[in-house]
Amino acid sequence: MSPPHRVNPQPISLSPRQPKDPTTTKMARSNFSVLTILSVILLLPVLSLSFSPDSPSDRRLLVLFDDLSLKSSHSIFFNSLKSRGFDLDFKLADDPKLALQRYGQYLYDGLILFSPSIERFGGALDLAAVLDFVDSGHDLFIAADSSASDLIKSVATECGVDFDEDPSALVIDHRSYAVVGTEGDHTLIAADDFIESDVLLGENKIEAPVLFKGIAHSLNAANNLVLKVLSASPAAYSANPSSKLSSPPSLTGSSISLVSVVQARNNARIMITGSLDLFSNRFFRSSVQKAGSPKKYDKSGNEQFVAELSKWVFHERGHLKAVNLRHNKAGETDEPAMYRIKDDLDFSVEIYEWSGKSWEPYVANDVQVQFYMMSPYVLKTLSNDKKGLYHTSFKVPDVYGVFQFKVEYNRLGYTSLLLSKQIPVRPFKHNEYERFITAAFPYYGASFTMMAGFFIFSFVYLYHK
Amino acid sequence: MLEEDTRKLSMADGESSREATARTLRNAFGNVFSFFILLLIGILAFSIRLFSVIKYESVIHEFDPYFNYRVTQFLTKNGIYDFWNWFDDRTWYPLGRVIGGTVYPGLTLTAGTLWWLLNSLNIPLSVETVCVFTAPIFSAFASWATYLLTKEVKGTGAGLTAAVLLAMVPSYISRSVAGSYDNEAVAIFALIFTFYLYIKTLNTGSLFYATLNALAYFYMVCSWGGYTFIINLIPMHVLLCIVTGRYSSRLYIAYAPLVVLGTLLAALVPVVGFNAVMTSEHFASFLVFIIIHVVALVYHVKGNLSPRMFKVAVTLVVSVGLVVCCAMIAVLIALVASSPTKGWSGRSLSLLDPTYASKYIPIIASVSEHQPPTWPSYFMDINVLAFLVPAGIIACFLPLSDASSFVVLYIVTAVYFSGVMVRLMLVFAPAACIMSGIALSEAFNVLTRSIKFQLPGSSGISQSGDTSMNTEGEQNDIAKTEKMDETAKERPSKKNKRKEKEPVVKASIRSRIERRLLVLPLEASVIAIILLVLLGAFYVVHCVWAAAEAYSAPSIVLTTYSREGGLHVFDDFREAYAWLSHNTEVDDKVASWWDYGYQTTAMANRTVIVDNNTWNNTHIATVGTAMSSPEKAAWEIFNSLDVKYVLVVFGGLVGYPSDDINKFLWMVRIGGGVFPHIKEPDYLRDGQYRIDSQATPTMLNCLMYKLSYYRFVETDGKAFDRVRQTEIGKKYFKLTHFEEVFTTHHWMVRIYKLKPPKNRIRGKTKKSKSKASSTSSPKRSGTGKRNPWH
Repeated sequence: MSPPHRVNPQPISLSPRQPKDPTTTKMARSNFSVLTILSVILLLPVLSLSFSPDSPSDRRLLVLFDDLSLKSSHSIFFNSLKSRGFDLDFKLADDPKLALQRYGQYLYDGLILFSPSIERFGGALDLAAVLDFVDSGHDLFIAADSSASDLIKSVATECGVDFDEDPSALVIDHRSYAVVGTEGDHTLIAADDFIESDVLLGENKIEAPVLFKGIAHSLNAANNLVLKVLSASPAAYSANPSSKLSSPPSLTGSSISLVSVVQARNNARIMITGSLDLFSNRFFRSSVQKAGSPKKYDKSGNEQFVAELSKWVFHERGHLKAVNLRHNKAGETDEPAMYRIKDDLDFSVEIYEWSGKSWEPYVANDVQVQFYMMSPYVLKTLSNDKKGLYHTSFKVPDVYGVFQFKVEYNRLGYTSLLLSKQIPVRPFKHNEYERFITAAFPYYGASFTMMAGFFIFSFVYLYHK
Repeated sequence: MLEEDTRKLSMADGESSREATARTLRNAFGNVFSFFILLLIGILAFSIRLFSVIKYESVIHEFDPYFNYRVTQFLTKNGIYDFWNWFDDRTWYPLGRVIGGTVYPGLTLTAGTLWWLLNSLNIPLSVETVCVFTAPIFSAFASWATYLLTKEVKGTGAGLTAAVLLAMVPSYISRSVAGSYDNEAVAIFALIFTFYLYIKTLNTGSLFYATLNALAYFYMVCSWGGYTFIINLIPMHVLLCIVTGRYSSRLYIAYAPLVVLGTLLAALVPVVGFNAVMTSEHFASFLVFIIIHVVALVYHVKGNLSPRMFKVAVTLVVSVGLVVCCAMIAVLIALVASSPTKGWSGRSLSLLDPTYASKYIPIIASVSEHQPPTWPSYFMDINVLAFLVPAGIIACFLPLSDASSFVVLYIVTAVYFSGVMVRLMLVFAPAACIMSGIALSEAFNVLTRSIKFQLPGSSGISQSGDTSMNTEGEQNDIAKTEKMDETAKERPSKKNKRKEKEPVVKASIRSRIERRLLVLPLEASVIAIILLVLLGAFYVVHCVWAAAEAYSAPSIVLTTYSREGGLHVFDDFREAYAWLSHNTEVDDKVASWWDYGYQTTAMANRTVIVDNNTWNNTHIATVGTAMSSPEKAAWEIFNSLDVKYVLVVFGGLVGYPSDDINKFLWMVRIGGGVFPHIKEPDYLRDGQYRIDSQATPTMLNCLMYKLSYYRFVETDGKAFDRVRQTEIGKKYFKLTHFEEVFTTHHWMVRIYKLKPPKNRIRGKTKKSKSKASSTSSPKRSGTGKRNPWH
C-alpha cells in the first residue's frame, strides 16, 4: 500500500532523479528516437503535472505575493528552493488568471502564501479552493504578518491555527528580544525554543536563535494534527506595542506559537507562521544576540531553520511508505485466503522513507503489527533487517473470526502509516481434530466391551436352551 | 390380516361367499379410487401454492429463505464436506459464522439432492428453481403423510378427508408457498410422517417400523428445531398409555428404539450435537425411557410370580427404589438448577412461560412470529376447522384407542403452543386437519348411513348389491365407513383377542341393531349433509383466497392496486441490493437492522454485521445502540466495526408499515439490554412512541430518525409520514458524519455512507461572517462565505 492520498491519476510516473524542468527533460532525452521525443512532447504537460506516489516531494510551487518586491527581498529563500529542484511560479495574489487546477488536474504541488494582506484572491482561487487543494494532499506554506487579512486568518483557522484576533497586536518579549543597535519596542524576538525532532528540523542542531517579528497564534490543545515548532518564551505576550496595556493580553507565554506545522490526515503538510520577515534576506543575514546572553552569532538561525522546515513541509523528509504487506503460513510462500486457528504464520512489511531523491530503507525498532478483531489479539514488535524489511511470526489465536493485520505507525514528524489487511480465521474442520485421544481410551474400551457383551448375551439368550 | 378378519366376520354372519367376493371387489375398487383421490390431493397441494409464482415471479421469498438459498447454492457448488465445514466470513462481521455447525441441514440437503438428481437426469434446472418449488412438493408429501397418519387412527375415509384439508389449510400455505424456502417446508412433512410411523409401530408392534420411525425422526432433527416437540409429545403419550394401564409390548417397541436410535442419530447433526443429551428439552424422553423399563420389568415379574410373592417384591422394590430415585432426582435438580436458564433454551422457556421472552429476552420477543396470535388469526389460518376440531376430539373418544389418544394429546399440546407463539400455528394446523378430517368423515358416516337405512328399497341390513339407488360416491363412502368402523372395532379387540373369540358373533349382531337405532331422520340427515358440504365449500373458497391473496406475496416485491385498478409494483429492495452489489467494494461492510442481513448477503453479496440468525445478542445490541445513538456516537460505533454503509428501510413515503422506524423501539430495548446508557423512556413521550413535534429530543436526534427522515421534507414540503399518519417532528437537519449515497425509487431503502474523519481539525476562532448560520456544517464553513444567503 502506498502512502495514502498522494493523488496521481497518471499512469506514467516520473523518476525522482529526472530533471524537473520540462525543457531539460526534453533535452535529456533528445538522444532518443524521434518517436520517443514526440511522445515525450505530447506527454510533457502530463509529465510535468504528474505527482507520483513514488516521488512524494513537491516539485511545482505557486508563490503568491502582495507585491513583487518580495521576490527580491526574500530571494535567498526562493533561491534555496530552486537549488533544491523546485519549480517556482511567482504570481501576484490578485492576479485575475490565478488558478490551482485546470481540467480537474492540479497545476501545482504546493502553495506558498506570502501575501498576508490580501482580502480576496484573484481568479478562481478562494478559501474553499485553497482548502480543497490541501484536502487533495497538497502542501501549504503560510506566512502572515501584522497586516494579516481575514482571508489569511481564516485559512489558518481552517487548518487549526488561531491568529490573535486583535489586528494590531504583535508578539512582544522583554526578556528574549534580539539585541539590535537601537533600543526598540522588543518586537523583534530571538526565539530558540524549538521542537525537539530530528525529522522536522534536521539532524544538525540549530545553534543561533531565530529572528521573529510578527503576530502570535495559538493552537487548540485537543488538536493532535498541529505541532508547535517554534514557541515563544514564557515571558512573551501578544499586544499592541504602541499603546499601553489596558487589559491583560489574551495570549501570553509559551502558549504563543511563533511557527506551527500541521500534518493533515491525508499527510498534506502545512506551515503557518505570523512573521513574513522570518524568511527575508535581511533576517537571514543579520547577526543576532539574544538579550541577556553574552553570545553573539554572526548569522541568525533563520536560514537553517527555514531550509530544514521547508524540507519537511515539501516532503523531502519524514515521508514513509509501507509496501508489500505479506503474510503466509510458516513454511509456505503463498498467501492463503484464510487461516485456521492455531496456525503459525509469518508476517512481513517493507517500510521506506523518502530522502528527497529516492526511497531509503526506514530503520526503527518500534514498528508493531496487530492481529486485530475488534481488539488486538496479538501485538508484536517487528524486527527489521536494516534494508526496510520488517518481519515477525506468530501463532494465530484460538479464536475464529475475520481478523485484520494492522500496522498503525504514528510518530512525530513522520507521515502516519495506517495499513490493514483483512484475513478470515476459520475453526478446525471436522477431520482436523485429534482422532484418538489418550485420555479417552477407557471410554473406547467401555463401549467396545459393551458391544461385545451385548452380542454374546444376545447369542446366548437366543440359542441357549 | 384386516381383510381376513373382515371376511371372518361376514362368514360368522352366515352370508354367502358371493357377497364376500363382492365386498373384496368393492374394497379393491375403493383402494384404486382412494389412490386417485390421493394423487389429486397431491396435485391440489402443489398447485394451490403456485399463486406466488404466477402472480409475481419465481423468486425466493422473505428473509430466512434467502439464507437457505445461499447455503444451497454453496452446497451445490462445493459439495457436502465443504458445506459441513463452511466458515462464512461475510456475516456477523467480524465474528463470522460456522454455517455448517449452526444450521439445520435438512432442507438444504433435500433441495441439494433434488437438484443433483434432476441434473444427473439431464434436467438442467437452476438451484433457485429447485428451491422455489421444494416447499410445494413437500406439502404434497405432507398431505399424503396426513392421510397415512389419520388412516392409522380412524380409517381411510378420515384419512382422505384430513389429507384434503391439510392440502389447502391456510396456516400451512403461509409457510410453504412456492418460494417460501424455509425449514418448515420440509419439517411439517417430517413431523407428520414421524407421527405416522410412531402410530404405525404402535398398532403393529413391528420393529421395522420402529427403525423407520427413528430415521424419520432423524430427518426431522435435521430439518427443524421443532423436533423437540416430537421428542416431548411421544414420551407424554407413552406416559399417558402407561398411566391409563395401556402398557403393551407394542408400546415398548414403539418407544424404546426411538429414544435410543433417535438420540444417537440426533447427536450426529452438528447443530444439535451434545444438546441431544444435555438440554432439558430432551430430559422428558429419558425419564419416560426409564419409566417404561421399570414398567416392563414390573409386568414381566408380575407374569412370573404368584400374587402374594409379587406383593412382597413390590414393597421391597418400592422402598429401595424410592431411595435411589430420590437421590437421582436430587442430583438431576442440582445439575439443572446450577445453570441460569435451568437448562432450557430461551425459545423453549418462552413456550413454557409466555411472558418470559418479553421480560428477559427482547430479541426473541421482537420477532413478529414469536408473538402470541390474535383470535382473528385463528380464523384466518384454520378457518372452519376451528369448529370441527371439538367434534373430532369427541369422535376420537368413540372409542378411545392408543392411536386416537395420541392425536388428542397432539392437538391439546399444539393448541397451547400455538396460543403462545403465532409461528407454532404451523404445528397446530396438521392436528386441526386430522381432527376435522375425523369429525367430517364420522359425520358423513352417520348421516349417509341414516339416509341409506331409510331410503325405500334398501334392506334393513346394510349389504352390498342393493345400494344401486345411491350414487357411486355415496357407495364408496359407505364402503369406507364400514371398513373404518371395523378397523375402529378391531383395535381394542386386538388387545384382548383371547376373550373375544366367542362373543364375536353376538357383538356383530348387536352392533347392527345399535346402528339401526342410531339413525337420524331422513330430512335432518339430508340437510346436515348439505350444510356440511356448504361448510366445506366455504373452507375451499377461503383457502383459495388465502393462497392467492394473503399468503403469496414474496415480501421482497410488494404490490398495491391503485384506485383505478392498476397494479403498482414496489421493487425497492432488489433495487437497493443491486445498487450495493454494483457500486460498493467486495469487502465493504453494510450495517442494517438484522432483518435485512440475510438478504444483503444473499442478494448484494456484501458483508453484514448482524443477520437473521440471532445467535449473538451483544452484537445485535451494538447495532441497536448505534441506531439509537446520536450521529457522532453512532459513527464511532460503526467505524469501530469497519462499517462503510448503513442501510435503513423507510416506509413513510409510501406507507409501508414494517419499516425501521416501527421496529425502532425493539432496537432501543435490545440495545438497552446490553448497554444501559440507552434507556427506553428517553425515546417515549409519556409512554407513547411518537415521531412528531411532541417527540423527545433523544428520539429526534438518534441516528435512526435522522437516516430515515433525512431530506424527507423535500418530497411533499410538509414531511407527512404516511405510516405514522403525522408530520415529523424535525424536518430540516443536516448530516455531519454520514452522507446519503442511494435512495430507492419509493424511498423504501436508503443507503448512507460513513464519511471519513475530517482531514483537518478546525481552530477555535469563530468566523465572524458565518456566525449567523450556526447550523452549517463545521467542516466547510468557508461555504458560508461563498453563499451568504445559505
